Amino acid sequence: MSRLHALLLALILALTACGDGARQVADDVSLLHRGTGEEPESLDVHKSRSTEAGHVQRDLGEGLVGYTPDGELRAAAAERWTISADGTEYVFFLRPEARWSTGEPVTADDFVYSLRRLVNPETAAFYVQSVGEILNANEIIGGEMEVESLGAEAVDSHQLKISLRRAVPYFISLMSHPSTFPVHRGSVEKFGDAHARPGNLVSNGAYQLVEWAVGSHIEIRRNEYYWDNANTAIDRVFHYVTPEPIVELNRYRAGELHVTRTIPPESFKQMKAERPDEVRVSPALGVYYYGFNMTNPAFGDNPKLREALSMAIDRDFLVDLVGRGEAPAYSWVPYGTANYDPQTYSWARLSKDDRERKARQLYEEAGYGSRRTFRPEIRYNTSETHRQIAVAVQSMWRSVLGVEARLINEEFQVLLQNIQQRESIDIFRLNWDGDYNDAHTFLSTLESDNPSNMTGYQSAEFDSLMQRAGAQIDPDLRKAFLEEAENRMLRDHPLIPMYFYVNKHMVSSRVTGWGDNVLNYHYSQHLSFAADE
Amino acid sequence: MLRYAYLRILGAIPTLLLVIAIAFLMVHAAPGGPFDAARVLPPAIEKNVQAAYHLDDSLPQQFLGYLQGLAHGDFGPSYRYRDYTVAELIGGALPLSMRLGALAMLLAIAAGVSAGVIAALRKNTLLDRLVSGVAMIGISIPIFVVAPLMVLVFAVFLDWLPASWASGGASRLLMPVVALALPQIAYIARLTRASMINVMSSDFVRTARAQGLSTASIVRYHAIKPAMLPLLSYMGPAIAGILTGSVVVEEVFGIPGVGQFFIRGALNRDYTLVLGITILYAALVILLNLAVDLLYGVLDPRMRDR
Repeated sequence: MSRLHALLLALILALTACGDGARQVADDVSLLHRGTGEEPESLDVHKSRSTEAGHVQRDLGEGLVGYTPDGELRAAAAERWTISADGTEYVFFLRPEARWSTGEPVTADDFVYSLRRLVNPETAAFYVQSVGEILNANEIIGGEMEVESLGAEAVDSHQLKISLRRAVPYFISLMSHPSTFPVHRGSVEKFGDAHARPGNLVSNGAYQLVEWAVGSHIEIRRNEYYWDNANTAIDRVFHYVTPEPIVELNRYRAGELHVTRTIPPESFKQMKAERPDEVRVSPALGVYYYGFNMTNPAFGDNPKLREALSMAIDRDFLVDLVGRGEAPAYSWVPYGTANYDPQTYSWARLSKDDRERKARQLYEEAGYGSRRTFRPEIRYNTSETHRQIAVAVQSMWRSVLGVEARLINEEFQVLLQNIQQRESIDIFRLNWDGDYNDAHTFLSTLESDNPSNMTGYQSAEFDSLMQRAGAQIDPDLRKAFLEEAENRMLRDHPLIPMYFYVNKHMVSSRVTGWGDNVLNYHYSQHLSFAADE
Repeated sequence: MLRYAYLRILGAIPTLLLVIAIAFLMVHAAPGGPFDAARVLPPAIEKNVQAAYHLDDSLPQQFLGYLQGLAHGDFGPSYRYRDYTVAELIGGALPLSMRLGALAMLLAIAAGVSAGVIAALRKNTLLDRLVSGVAMIGISIPIFVVAPLMVLVFAVFLDWLPASWASGGASRLLMPVVALALPQIAYIARLTRASMINVMSSDFVRTARAQGLSTASIVRYHAIKPAMLPLLSYMGPAIAGILTGSVVVEEVFGIPGVGQFFIRGALNRDYTLVLGITILYAALVILLNLAVDLLYGVLDPRMRDR
């Protein structure tokens, strides 16, 4: 028995032995601990498309342009640029002092190489919308043209010329998207698909990759060769994988995180009361909506029914329910979108009673009423917030119109498939987050041929307005066409916008340099720790 | 015995193949694919991506390709974690899950067997009811309630222990191991109690008593071994389960183990990752059941000749 005891003891000691040294969490001013949400699917800028991957990639790499903490566009890898009079030719002047983490200079050739890799069908990149407007990009992606024909060329070692197929006013902001960051040719050629792994990844941003413990964290450290290294305050940053918001919040409350990715709705009021200075909430470029299956005649042929359903929803109530400062949505393009004036439903300002009376009237004109009850299905992906909202909507529709909706929750991938098949679907919950700060990122998803057009909305008038907006070089004219397009769409009611999202983070009071911005970009290089009071 | 073990392992191969085939069909039958998202891929890109991951082949072709890879020990690339292969992901997470699982199981056996034996010897006393009651609570309160509560109490309010794995230090083991062990302790205590009561009323124990042996000696030298037999059958699958990680414990404590990959893999339709973990789990269950059968022979002389 004693031999068995000794064996057991040895086993337990071996199992509890701590492989890696304990890390100081809270007090070291050279270490930042951030929650990142879901695990990035890849750190290869051409293999990812999630916002989570983008958060880490913006620390590691740098595009031609970037953003300030307050969300203003700033020069980054390019120190300046010129735009041709017709808006289709951009010349970027790269910083001569920009360096890779190996110390090599970042050149125009690097950008040309990377953009070509992005559109090369063999790369099978996931997010190429950022460069879709570059000359021949779509043809190359479709395999119809050679990658060399891409409208991007190195005029000299530090001059990059990009030609577009038409003027695109927001093009410059797209050049901040991680998919347009340069990849290091030497390591891509050497390591292939494994080039973005620790030990292999060469980056041109403020930080370089140290470790990626899948399921736990990504550790990055200062890139000494970065051109603006003198202004980087924090040496090392840990991006933790925090898929569960409540778990993330507990870690924050235990002092293990300085910044969280989000604040769970069930704890928001408590945090606001206990730590008001650490709760950071700001408008976001995202909209929560219910879409109609427009290919189903019950909806597609009955605009009055769609409008009645939209009008019957008390958005103020929903916003209170979610309760984190979200704004009720009476339009599709969120407030705060650049170069755009919010458009709204004509009835947005009506009192609740008037609105509901009007909704009932429309519902009856649509052919329903006390004698004929409308019984749609609402499908939403499994989540407590989505469930609460669906229950609220169900009860509003019942009490205002007499509609008997059935609630069905589904796993997200199942919901997406059902939406796209457009067979067994009536009404579905989704959200849309803008990829760049321009109304186009919202409105274009409703164009007839857009793959992300979930409702199946087809309007020749809307499409033609969008096309005319796209052809405008004059920003005011373009804005007018976009606004008109949104108004056209709002009158057609292919969907019900419910509320506009907010960005919400817990940010330790010791962290300075944090700015709230609609894009929700928070580069670690701009953050630092306040001197102890 | 070696020959027996050898035959059993050979016999397991068709079982494993069947598991792989069923799992393969099931993950592919689930609606949605690994690259579906609200941001729908334009058709040209979708085509490129499908081709890159051979998802444009027919299902039988994909299955054969997968089996071919398996034969070479290649579990394929992960569809979700695109910088890694499935073998790398599992290889990185498994040692940690196994370490936690082994510790939890040791704790569970030590605490569970002790509690069970004590309850059995003090049958129908207050102590017995207490042990049984606590065990019942341990079984009925799910980990997803206990684990976050532990974090709130010990990490947030008392600040004694780290809230997450990433914070480092040996103390980070404590809460996950206890959380993993709690339900197991409860099961083992109940199994041990029932089996011990059974054994203590058997003839050979009565004979031992008649010879004047103390209860302590009877338990230690005569009763404990046969009382462990029902427990053993339970331990095979239980150990396989606990070694491959618990999604709840891993998620609550931020532990990069196998359990979270399994669930996230299923939700993300990461076909290869889910298949890889299923194969691992099936192989573990088969091996551990074999180990249990062999141990039976060691613990019960009556089984040896069969």
